[in-house]
Amino acid sequence: MSVLEAPRSTAPKLPKLRKPAKLKSLRQQNTLAWIGNHAIAIVLAIGFIGPILFIVLTALMSDQQALTKNLWPTSWHWENFAEVFEKAPMLAYFGNSLLYAGLATAFMLISSVPVAYALSRLKWRGRNTMFYLVIVAMLLPPQVIAVPMYVVWAKMGLTGTLWPLILPNLLGDAFSIFLLRQFLITIPQSYSDSARVDGASELSILFRVILPMAKPGIAAAALFSFLNTWNDYFGPLLYTGENQGNWTLSLGLASFRGVHQVQWNLTMAATVLVMLPVIILFFLAQKQFIEGIKFSGVKG
Amino acid sequence: MATLTEAAKQPPSAVALPVRKQPKNNSKARRRLTVVAFMAPWILGLSIFFLYPLLTTAYYSLTNFDLINDPTWAGFNNFSYMFSKDPLIWKAIGNTVWLTIAITVGRVGFGLVTAIVLTKLKRASGVFRTLFYLPALAPPVAAALAFVFILNPSTGPLNQFLGLFGIQGPLWFNDPAFAKPALTVMALWTSGTVMVILLASLLDVPGELYEAAGLDGASAWQQFRHITLPSIAPVLTFAVVNSIIVGLQFFTEAVVAGSVASGSSAVAGSSLSIGYPDNSTMTFPMWLYEQGFHQFHMGYASAMAIALFLVSAIFTIILVRRMRSAGIGEEA
Repeated sequence: MSVLEAPRSTAPKLPKLRKPAKLKSLRQQNTLAWIGNHAIAIVLAIGFIGPILFIVLTALMSDQQALTKNLWPTSWHWENFAEVFEKAPMLAYFGNSLLYAGLATAFMLISSVPVAYALSRLKWRGRNTMFYLVIVAMLLPPQVIAVPMYVVWAKMGLTGTLWPLILPNLLGDAFSIFLLRQFLITIPQSYSDSARVDGASELSILFRVILPMAKPGIAAAALFSFLNTWNDYFGPLLYTGENQGNWTLSLGLASFRGVHQVQWNLTMAATVLVMLPVIILFFLAQKQFIEGIKFSGVKG
Repeated sequence: MATLTEAAKQPPSAVALPVRKQPKNNSKARRRLTVVAFMAPWILGLSIFFLYPLLTTAYYSLTNFDLINDPTWAGFNNFSYMFSKDPLIWKAIGNTVWLTIAITVGRVGFGLVTAIVLTKLKRASGVFRTLFYLPALAPPVAAALAFVFILNPSTGPLNQFLGLFGIQGPLWFNDPAFAKPALTVMALWTSGTVMVILLASLLDVPGELYEAAGLDGASAWQQFRHITLPSIAPVLTFAVVNSIIVGLQFFTEAVVAGSVASGSSAVAGSSLSIGYPDNSTMTFPMWLYEQGFHQFHMGYASAMAIALFLVSAIFTIILVRRMRSAGIGEEA
């Protein structure tokens, strides 16, 4: 590791009488700052990653050892992961989570991309008002509308299933519309204008001009939609709480320990299994995640 | 084939007269139609999944409703019960306010500190950013489970670590006084999203400003106070208000942590363990859920929902106004 400072700007050097000792102290100061910053960063990194390491290590312990103060497994029990699948219908939960997150994301894209397009690349009266309504809907706590929506879905006979959570995405998802709009607004209008001069319809502009350029934005919106539904607990609890056959991983994990009281190692193994898909997804698409977050809070 | 018939349909004379008048009206009408067609899903979605349930919640809040029988008119009884008779409501409101403030201050403050640390690292910042951000993606249920175990009073690593310094660690999730701080620690762990937003805006501050200030002999604190803060103020506001709105909805982590820490064998979110220990983690949305979906006091739960909506609406309006003044949402 080099401890060199960034190249200095080549400003005309004024003839200054500096003692070499002072120069040295400046260099020392920089070195100290560098060491200090990295030390703080390492301490923070341990704080952030420590809990993940700790649950992975606990997941690999024996039943007895998981109840002790030991932090390092004395013997490695990889079979704990297999045992989790025997103790609870994890595969079924996984399938339900995948169905929920996958369909919700697909439906969201079909409905939300055109809406975001209209909010960002077409000019019409009331556009800003509509955009603010999207933000208002995005910030509405889900508990506020839970009662009447539950009544509606109950009347349709769909409570107990995941459909009440999946189907609304066919009519757009507020956060996804918001995120997509933030992306689409950054694509220069000239691309659309030249296509319009050529007489292209808006639909073909969307598909041929904008979509190819908006791939990173669409990827980010899809990722966040998938992540939010995958992590969702309140929705599945409300609609499938009584019907274990349709539980998602979130519900299965939340009630896992209730059934396996003293086997912390298995509970932690289940926790690792539920976290794993999300972590893999992140490493496959780290850039889109980071870009997506930047756009959600910053650019206008 | 198609082109042939198209061409055959076009009478050669139909070039100038009717066409000249039409494009204007036609294109205007067509543009409007395009907007309506593109917006259709959302206009429907807004009506069905936002306006309708909001109005219905308002109606239910003025009724007695148990989900099975039709609602019967109750006037403002639900609201008067809420603020004068409900034995747990102030506890739930207090817990939600406590957690909202702690989580907002914690997340934004800690997010800012971690973001500033990252700006100081030149080459390794990418690796550290990944490490800091990763926990933010953890499913809330998984995070809650992990933290109940990590904060286990006797065997958890955090209390062991405190023990090294001779500090007797608290009982965390098993002590009414420490359950909410424990949830706050967990919220710090997942503060990566705030960090990424703040980091992006910190990196947008022009470096020349710092250089000029440095030449003028401004201290690090003065630079932060007069350059950094004003530059990132809009984003900071966004992060704070967003955090508040998320805090008002706080539900999952509290439900799961309470259930697991209580050792109850019931499904998380059931009446038995909700708010454990001693209702110290009972948030307003949890009490709403308990009233509506376990006790089937749907009318009363709707009144609570209206109260929650009004408080959220205040912060939502603040956020939208700030976004407008920052130019977000105006013509780009």
